[in-house]
Amino acid sequence: MYVYDDHDRQILAERVAQFRDQTERALAGELSEDEFLPLRLQNGLYVQRFAPMLRICVPYGMMRSAQLRRLARITRDYDKGYAHFTTRQNVQLNWPAIEDVPDILAELGEVEMHANQTSGNCIRNTTTDQFAGAQHGEVADPRPYCEIIRQWSTFHPEFAFLPRKFKVAVNALESTDRAAIQVHDIGLQMITNASGDLGFRVHVGGGLGRTPMVGPVIREFLPELDLLTYLEAILRVYNRYGRRDNKYKARIKILVKALTPEGFAEKVEVEWSHIKDSPTRLTRDAIERIQGYFTEPAYLSLDNNSEQLAAQRFENRAFDQWMSRNVDNHKVPGYAIVTLSMKKTGVPPGDVTDRQLEQIADLADQYSFGEIRVTHQQNVVLADVRQDRLFELWELLGPLGFATPNLNTLTDIICCPGGDYCALANAKSIPVAESIQRRFDNMDFLYDVGDLDLNISGCMNACGHHHVGDIGVLGVDKKGEEFYQISLGGSSRQDAAIGKILGPSFAQEDMPEVVEKIIGVYLDQRTPEERFIDTYRRIGIEPFKERVYA
Amino acid sequence: MPDIITRDGTIKQDNWTLVPRPAAGDSLEVPAQPALIPADLWLAGQEHFEGRQDIGVWLDSHDEPEMLAEVVERLPIVAVNFPKFSDGRGYSIARLLRERYGYGNELRAVGDVLLDQLQFMKRCGFDSYALRPDKDISKAPRCLNFFSQTYQAATDTDLPLFRRRAS
Ligand code: SF4
Repeated sequence: MYVYDDHDRQILAERVAQFRDQTERALAGELSEDEFLPLRLQNGLYVQRFAPMLRICVPYGMMRSAQLRRLARITRDYDKGYAHFTTRQNVQLNWPAIEDVPDILAELGEVEMHANQTSGNCIRNTTTDQFAGAQHGEVADPRPYCEIIRQWSTFHPEFAFLPRKFKVAVNALESTDRAAIQVHDIGLQMITNASGDLGFRVHVGGGLGRTPMVGPVIREFLPELDLLTYLEAILRVYNRYGRRDNKYKARIKILVKALTPEGFAEKVEVEWSHIKDSPTRLTRDAIERIQGYFTEPAYLSLDNNSEQLAAQRFENRAFDQWMSRNVDNHKVPGYAIVTLSMKKTGVPPGDVTDRQLEQIADLADQYSFGEIRVTHQQNVVLADVRQDRLFELWELLGPLGFATPNLNTLTDIICCPGGDYCALANAKSIPVAESIQRRFDNMDFLYDVGDLDLNISGCMNACGHHHVGDIGVLGVDKKGEEFYQISLGGSSRQDAAIGKILGPSFAQEDMPEVVEKIIGVYLDQRTPEERFIDTYRRIGIEPFKERVYA
Repeated sequence: MPDIITRDGTIKQDNWTLVPRPAAGDSLEVPAQPALIPADLWLAGQEHFEGRQDIGVWLDSHDEPEMLAEVVERLPIVAVNFPKFSDGRGYSIARLLRERYGYGNELRAVGDVLLDQLQFMKRCGFDSYALRPDKDISKAPRCLNFFSQTYQAATDTDLPLFRRRAS
C-alpha cells in the first residue's frame, strides 16, 4: 500500500493549515457562504439535513489498521460513535461540528488520511476493484495507476473549478468489472495491445444521476506512459467546453453527447497532440517507484483447498454457505479473499460503530497483513487470508455481525443514506432496504435466486446507483409523499446497461411485495443457467409489468 | 487606482482600466489612459492598436485564447476575466496563452478574484491579480504561497513531483 514520503506529508500538512485558516475566515465573516462553499466541499464538508457531514477519502478503498483505529477514535471524540462506508469506497461521518473539522483533518493527517476533493466540482477519489492485486487474471495491479492519478489530480491548479464533479475509475480485469468503469466520467480499462504493451481503453461520459449513460470508448489503446497527459487533455476540453449554465447539464456526459463521442474524441486528440510530450508525461521510473509500494505481502508457500478446509465445509453447512458466498479465490495458493458483510438486517447498509472499526482493524492485523479495502457495495474486504485460518476467522465474524452470507444476493443491498440523513433526498431509503431484507430472510431462497443487485437511491442524484441494479429503486416525491419508482435490467459490469422504468411508483409498505413479484416472474421464467439479467433481457419488461400491476 | 498584487506578493498600483464590451451598436470608446479592451475588438482594429504599449486586451471566460495565437507576443498585457470565481475556464485560458502561444508579458486575473484561488492562478501563469476590493489584500502574499510543494507540472514548473523525486 502507498506510504507517504516527506513531500506528501508536507502537502497534506499545508492543506490542513490552509483549511484551518479558511474556516477561521469563514467563521469570522470574511468569506461569504458562497465563497466558503467550494472550499469546504473540497475538504469533504457538506452541510446536511440535520448536521454537517464529513466525507473522508479512502484512496481506491484501501486502509491500514492504524487508519481504521484513528477513524474509530475520531467518530468517538467528534461524532456519535459510528461511520458510514459509501458507494464510492469512502467513509462518512454524519455529525461533526463545523468548527471541529480542522482538528479532525489534522488528526486524519497524522495517519496519512484526508478529505481532499471528496466533494465539489473537482476530480474526486479514483476507485478500482476491491480485489485489486489479490486476484487472478489482472492485466496488472491497477492500484499504482490509481495512486498516480491521485497525485496528479490532488490540487491540480487548472481543474479545481470544473463545471461539475468528476470521477475516474480503473479496472484491470478483462472479464469482470467490479469498479463499474462504464458509469464513470472516465473509465479506464487496463489492457495489453498486440505487442504486449500495457495501456488503457478509455471510456468517457458514463454516469448516473438525472441522465444515466454508459460511457462510450473514445480511445481503444492509450499507452501507460501517456496516461496523465491524455487525462489532462480530456479535462481541459471538459473544463473549457462543459456547460456551466445548468447544473443538471454540466457533467461531461452531456458534452460528450452534444459533440458525439467521435467529435469529443477528436477534440481531445487535438489537445493531446500539443501536450503529449510535455513534462507531465509519465516515466518508466515514476511508475516503477509507485509500483514499489504495492508489492506482495509476505505470503507463505501453502497449498490450495486442503483436506482440512473440505472437511470443515462438509461438517458445517453455515460455514460452507459463507465460503460459497463471501469468500473468493486468491491468486496465491493457500490464500483467500474474504468479504465482511456490512448488510446485516436491521443495520443501515454500510454503517459501522467505532468499536466495529477497531474490531475490523484487529482482524486485519491478525488475518490479512493489516490492510483492508472498502467496496462500492459498502462492504469490507480482507484480501489476504490464509485458507487454513478461514474457519477460525468465520467463527470470529459471526458474533461481530460481519458473517451474513448474503454477498451479491438480493439482500446485499446498495443503499444511499436517503431521507434519514441527506438534505437532498426525496424519500427515505434505509427503511426500504430493511423491509426488503426482512421479507427475504430465507438464505436458501436467496441462494436459489442467485446473484442479484438491488440498489436504492433516495433521489435522482443516484448515490445508491439505482440505475445499474438488476432491480433499481428510486425515491420520488409525489405531492409531498414518499414513493418509489422501480427500474429493471441495469448493470454496472462488463455488460453495463441502464435499467428501464417499470411503471408507476409504489408506496413504501408495498415495496417488499413488489420485489417478491418481480423475483417470482424471474423464478418462473428462467432457464437453469440464466441470471436475473439474462432472463430479463430475453423476455423483456412486459411479463414483469403484467405481474406487478395485475 | 486599484491595488494590484503581483506573483511575488508585492502590491503595486497602475492605471490599466478595463473597458467593458460596448453594447451592441455602440462603438468602442478608448480612454486616454492605458486600457484593456475586449480581445476581439483589438483584433478588429489591429491596424490602430498594433504596437501601442498603452492598449492591452482582456478575454472573457468563454472566449477562445486561440484567437490571439498570432499576435499575443506583441501585446503588453492580457487580462482574463473571472465572471464568478467558481468559473474555472480562466485557468485553462492562462495555461494555453503561456504554454501554447508563448505569451511572456503580463497576464492579469480580473473580475471575481478572491484570496483562496490566488495560488492556482499563479500556478497557471497569471502574474498579477486584481483582487476584489472587499478582500483583505494584506492576506494575499500568504494565500499565494499556501503550498510549498505541488504534485503537477503547470506553467510555474516543468517538474512534476514524480520527476523531482527521481532526481
Ligand atoms: S441519492 Fe439523493 S438522497 Fe441519496 S445520498 Fe445521494 S443525494 Fe442524498
